[in-house]
Amino acid sequence: MSRVENVGAEKEVGKEKKHGGHGKMGRHGGRGHKKSSESLKPGSLAYIWHSISHNKGAVMGMVLIVLIVLLSILSPYLCRWGYAELDVLNAKSGPSLTHLLGCDELGRDLLSRVLYGARYTLYIGLAGTALSVVIGVTLGAIAGYFGGLVDSCVMRFLDVFQAFPQLILAMAFCAVFGSGLNNCVAALGLTGIAGFARLMRANILRIRDMEYIEASVSINCPTRKIITGHIIPNAVSPIIVEIAMSISRNGLASSSLSFLGLGVRPPYPEWGAMLAGARNYIRDCPHMVIVPGVFIVICVLSFNLIGDALRDALDPKLKK
Amino acid sequence: MIRYVVKRLVILIPTLLVVAIIMFTLMDFVPGDPAVIALGSGNHTQEEIELKRESMGLNKPYITRLGEYLGNLIFHFDFGTSIVDGTQIKTAISDRFPNTLKIALGSILVTIIVGLPLGVRTAVRANTWEDKISLFITLLLDCMPSFWVGLLLVLLFALKLGWLPSSGVGGLKYFVLPVIANSLGGLAGFTRQTRASMLEVIRSDLVTTARSKGLSEREVIYGHALPNALIPIITIVGMRFGQMLGGATIIEVIFSIPGLGPYLVNGIGSQDYTVVTGGIIFIAFSFAIIMLLTDLVYAFVDPRIKAQYVARNRKGGRKDE
Repeated sequence: MSRVENVGAEKEVGKEKKHGGHGKMGRHGGRGHKKSSESLKPGSLAYIWHSISHNKGAVMGMVLIVLIVLLSILSPYLCRWGYAELDVLNAKSGPSLTHLLGCDELGRDLLSRVLYGARYTLYIGLAGTALSVVIGVTLGAIAGYFGGLVDSCVMRFLDVFQAFPQLILAMAFCAVFGSGLNNCVAALGLTGIAGFARLMRANILRIRDMEYIEASVSINCPTRKIITGHIIPNAVSPIIVEIAMSISRNGLASSSLSFLGLGVRPPYPEWGAMLAGARNYIRDCPHMVIVPGVFIVICVLSFNLIGDALRDALDPKLKK
Repeated sequence: MIRYVVKRLVILIPTLLVVAIIMFTLMDFVPGDPAVIALGSGNHTQEEIELKRESMGLNKPYITRLGEYLGNLIFHFDFGTSIVDGTQIKTAISDRFPNTLKIALGSILVTIIVGLPLGVRTAVRANTWEDKISLFITLLLDCMPSFWVGLLLVLLFALKLGWLPSSGVGGLKYFVLPVIANSLGGLAGFTRQTRASMLEVIRSDLVTTARSKGLSEREVIYGHALPNALIPIITIVGMRFGQMLGGATIIEVIFSIPGLGPYLVNGIGSQDYTVVTGGIIFIAFSFAIIMLLTDLVYAFVDPRIKAQYVARNRKGGRKDE
């Protein structure tokens, strides 16, 4: 049981206590469908949208993400320089009118590289998370639903995954798969499985014993309605929040791996890989180190803000 | 209590064994013939490669090699030798691990010393400007990759101001920047978690009771709220410590500190799979031990767990692990 709590604590890497925080929230008190002061029904899409769109952080996060995605897609048309184009005369030059964010050691325009590089971070973040969600949620649901021996087997299997610090596990997978974009996705995706599986399992176990399920059963609510109306919405909302957090975590991890030379390798303008190259020129051209890092922070921050807002929107109990 | 310790150990040992088996197996399936890697670059005749395979014991079936590896690991704590340079992995790890541990320990100390008071204070003054500034800063720090923070610190304190050395090992001052770089992200998260844990207790009935008894605010916060909030924080400290052990690896690469990080990264780069297997198994072991200690301290401190465990035992062990 303390193990489960560990996971609860780990889940919310750096976030405030929310769903299942420290594994305690779930056990104390139900999270019933309280009517909020607004007329919208908590849990309804309209309510969630209303809550998110009134959260300044989330709006900023969404705007930034949309902006980054658009700029990244349009970067070949918007930027004066290609991301691999060399302007040797301006090599190592700082920000100027010709190169808005300066150039790297080979004279490649940093702005075009950074904008183009966003697609790596976003792709790894999204694809890695998708992989973790599909495998993790399935495993967690199986463990939670069947219980008993199946549950024990799945949980022991996950224990093995959680016997490593996350970065080390990702490094181990990278060592096995080799470097490269899709291998990086696979490594991070596999690393994230245990978190989603434990979260899903804990959700199902928690909801199964909830009073509102008992109440629904006692008023002869059809099983189909209990599953679609109560179990799924309540089990899914923490997962949705975790997805946003996982995307930001994967973005950070992918840059770490690429920085170590295990993820996306140069010359591709992945942000971590750019930083690895810039490291040797830190004394003369600090802009080469600062620019990609700032973009990593913006990207990760946006997903974190959205995740926080989703958590507030999906968990009406914490609205206070 | 002893039962609880035994139970945790019983879960831990097979897990570590499986970790070792999986790592060995994974590395066994990695493309690239270890014999060729061991021979180094250049062209080698088929006989040379065969001889090398023979001497490295690669011709034995997988299961025999796995058995030998596990045997050495369990009885001698021996990870074998590096494929590339033939050095003892055990010696390399025991030379390097102290550096990694120093960084991780320093980071967790900084985290606790700064994060705990900050978290408590912001919880007590929730929604004031202090709280909002702290939330904003921690949110931002949380999003910064530790290696980037490390590079910025080097840029500012080593290259521009020249106050601290940018790389290598030596006295205490060589560890200042690595420890700060490694702890900032975790520190931010820890502060927020402490604040959340503290807020939860402050809003609970026991604090209302303490106030209604007429205790001073100081006594309420430090005498009643804090001890209760600390219990979940113990687990968080353990988790953070484990993460910082992992995070130290990347920090070591930036600050050129001869710890486990560069050892692993170089091992992966040069396809030295025995080094990678050994290093990762070792880190998993240390991680597991930290987690075990955390759980034990937690169980020891929180009477609820102890009581629950005793009660569960009496009922005949209903498992919800």
